[in-house]
Amino acid sequence: MIVLRNITRALVLLIGMASAVLAGPYEDALPNFANDSYAETEAAIGAVAVSGNPLSIDVVEALRDGRLLVGAGQVFVRRTSGELVNAATGQVWGDQTGELKPVRVNNRVRRAVEAALGSLTLLSSDATKRLEAARAVFRSRDETALPTLEKAIAQEGQSRVRNVLESARAAILLSKQDALPMQRLSAVETLRNRGDQEALALLSNLPSNATSEVVAAAGKAADGIRARLAFWEAVQNVWYGISLGSVLLLAAIGLAITFGTMGVINMAHGEMVMLGAYTTFMVQEFIRSQAPSLFGGSLLIALPLAFLVAGSVGVLLERTVIRFLYGRSLETLLATWGISLILQQSVRTIFGPTNREVSTPAWMNGALDVGATSLTYNRIAIVVFAFAVFAILLLVLRYTSLGLYVRAVTQNRRMAGSMGIRTSRIDALAFGLGSGVAGIAGVALSQIDNVSPNLGQGYIIDSFMVVVFGGVGNLWGTLVGAMTLGIANKLLEPYAGAVLGKIVLLIAIIVFIQRRPRGLFALKGRAVEA
Amino acid sequence: MALAAAALVSGATAEAAKAEETIKVGVLHSLSGTMAISETTLKDVMLMLVEEQNRKGGLLGKKLEAVVVDPASNWPLFAEKARELVSQHKVSAVFGAWTSVSRKSVLPVFKELNSILFYPVQYEGEESERNVFYTGAAPNQQAIPAVDYLAKEEKVERWVLAGTDYVYPRTTNKILEAYLKSKGVKAEDIMISYTPFGHSDWQTIVASIKKFGASGKKTAVVSTINGDANVPFYKELANQGVKATDIPIVAFSVGEEELAGIDTRPLVGHLAAWNYFQSVDTPENKAFIEKWKAYTKNPKRVSNDPMEAHVIGFKMWVKAVEKAGTTEPDKVIDAIVGIKVPNLTGGVSEMLPNHHITKPVLIGEIKEDGQFDTVWQTDDLVAGDAWSKHLDGSKDLIADWQTLKCGNYNTVTKKCGS
Repeated sequence: MIVLRNITRALVLLIGMASAVLAGPYEDALPNFANDSYAETEAAIGAVAVSGNPLSIDVVEALRDGRLLVGAGQVFVRRTSGELVNAATGQVWGDQTGELKPVRVNNRVRRAVEAALGSLTLLSSDATKRLEAARAVFRSRDETALPTLEKAIAQEGQSRVRNVLESARAAILLSKQDALPMQRLSAVETLRNRGDQEALALLSNLPSNATSEVVAAAGKAADGIRARLAFWEAVQNVWYGISLGSVLLLAAIGLAITFGTMGVINMAHGEMVMLGAYTTFMVQEFIRSQAPSLFGGSLLIALPLAFLVAGSVGVLLERTVIRFLYGRSLETLLATWGISLILQQSVRTIFGPTNREVSTPAWMNGALDVGATSLTYNRIAIVVFAFAVFAILLLVLRYTSLGLYVRAVTQNRRMAGSMGIRTSRIDALAFGLGSGVAGIAGVALSQIDNVSPNLGQGYIIDSFMVVVFGGVGNLWGTLVGAMTLGIANKLLEPYAGAVLGKIVLLIAIIVFIQRRPRGLFALKGRAVEA
Repeated sequence: MALAAAALVSGATAEAAKAEETIKVGVLHSLSGTMAISETTLKDVMLMLVEEQNRKGGLLGKKLEAVVVDPASNWPLFAEKARELVSQHKVSAVFGAWTSVSRKSVLPVFKELNSILFYPVQYEGEESERNVFYTGAAPNQQAIPAVDYLAKEEKVERWVLAGTDYVYPRTTNKILEAYLKSKGVKAEDIMISYTPFGHSDWQTIVASIKKFGASGKKTAVVSTINGDANVPFYKELANQGVKATDIPIVAFSVGEEELAGIDTRPLVGHLAAWNYFQSVDTPENKAFIEKWKAYTKNPKRVSNDPMEAHVIGFKMWVKAVEKAGTTEPDKVIDAIVGIKVPNLTGGVSEMLPNHHITKPVLIGEIKEDGQFDTVWQTDDLVAGDAWSKHLDGSKDLIADWQTLKCGNYNTVTKKCGS
């Protein structure tokens, strides 16, 4: 019955629209775009949207994309194909008269555009457009869209889109002044099923004339949603912790080799990460100018290159500086710190002090909705990548001859030497491996941080903290250390704030290191005493 | 000892002989370290301005000479380098410093040696020194108008004040909180969040902003996040799908230079409040940008607000020196108050007795090309307040170096000095 009434209402509205075309509100509204006033542009959008003119979608979409042009008092739409169309008549405009300027938009206008497109494209044949439209209507709660919404729900085939359409209808009905209590109750039910932050907001801001029955139902639904959200918030915090942990793991894992196994206090470790990030920048620049079609794979191409660049710088450092300083940790610390400053300033001189833009490939943009939380794709990629790097490094150290030699040399240098291992060559390779891994960490970090000469500085303290906390000389310790610190940090942050959270964590680590100076997973046996 | 003294004397006379030929201008900006990202540009601007003035015939019949030093983003080094500029190189004025802490570090040096500093960056206010001229914005020339704009145009009712944990954001947020509460905003509608320098993991903060903003009331973020941490912040916002139409962010430290390192497409519509944008369409600005691009030989080089502040400051100093007929600091300090020079946005800025200047306030939305589209601006120029009217400790204070000769005159107790 309700549906029938609504359909008739929609029909009446449509007829009204049709007659409106003859009266020309669309043509009346158009010149307002040329006035360069946000308020008038906003009003014009509203008028165009309800005019029912077939060109109105084109006009509003063009406005959104900056393709709505004005000049000489006329309004034009530049089609995506490049041809110029007179917005009033829909005819192709061949000769350019005078200079055309795009209509300026601000946030207010953008919101109006979204709302208008919402009601205009609810019946679109494209499912993603319908979904966008339904979301826009849910946000705008535009009562005039209700008839179209009913029609869209009736003919919607995809349940995913219908769910959003129904919650949009619920949002309108709940806040509409003259809605019936029955309608409101079913709206509360729909929103309860939606169960997210926005639904909660709608349920907690009921209109003043809601009946006590509706208020009670909304209150109960809101409580349910709150409990659900609290659960998902906990899940979200743990996820953030894992994602921060994997960033720490990536930054620290190279150091776990150079510092952890070889015992070199390498203050230039962060600069290896930075070199990796700059390699990514160079690769992207090259691809952009030479082969734009490969851009989606730019990070994969950058990975081996970053490993090579940072790795060879590492080998060079080891051969020219560090090998003369084995066993003298204070001198190593000072020398590598000096090297880190030299590297930073060289990069600053070559690339300039400002940030370099490293773009994110399209497949890493956006977020995956899981329950009431969303996981961003770039973080998922980094978590997966960090664990992959960890596994590969573990396998290399465990099952390759290089790994065997590295372990042998670090456990007992003289014995390994007398067994015929060229220890100094292994030192150089191991240092190169550690630096190379730092380089590929730089590829990942370029996605979430500034690519600037200071990139490495931000990670050096954290890296040392992870390695020392996890236990020097143990890759598993680095993994557990990174994850523990990451998760603890993110669980503390919502309560203590970012600054205090970090302080609390540092104090906890100081206390822990005092109790267990060798970290979580202490090496035992002769290697420790050596 | 005697030898050293002799060497010093001969050094000093050589210095003096040279000083007769040129008037020296000190440039105190970090060319290395964390702040090099922002400050290197200002050094280039100063060199360009000096070159331009020399082409016009110099100043008082002498050529100008820029003395550039590098304080390397190291706050104590700022003080040492300032001392080197004034006592060793005998510069007539210094243009420099960026962060508030670097300014605080050089203050005692300029007071002791009685020299002049032009400070070009927007800052937290609550200060007025005889030897310093603040050509950047005070909070009432940036923060307060931005909040007014959001409340009026975007109908914002809920506020997130997010900043990096140091003196500028803390003071600005204190002023804003007091201002918002005086406008009837409830405490529960204000969320304040601080992050460490160079913070790179914004997941939790962005999620809590999203949650705070989903209450049904229109929410906006007022960001005093320091330059470098902004890139990961905006990247996280874009990834978590926070759009400017839902939760607009107005930033006080993000300009054209900072945006040069970000993909700005997801940021379209977020706002910034400044006193100058590169996109401002005036003949003065057009001429300046042309000169700047030609000077740097880089057609993509952007201009920004602190650059304009140096342009204004330098022109004011030149005019004051011409008016005083000497570069002696005491005379210049007296002569410069009241000097008017055209700014790049079509108005005429004036040096006020409190050593701040008048500026227009512009609100701009980020465009796809990394530039700003001015969506609102004050009808008239706004006079900079050294002391905020919204804080209990400072609302009775005024600064006046012309008649009262005092930087913190209390209008209630009628005394100088708090």
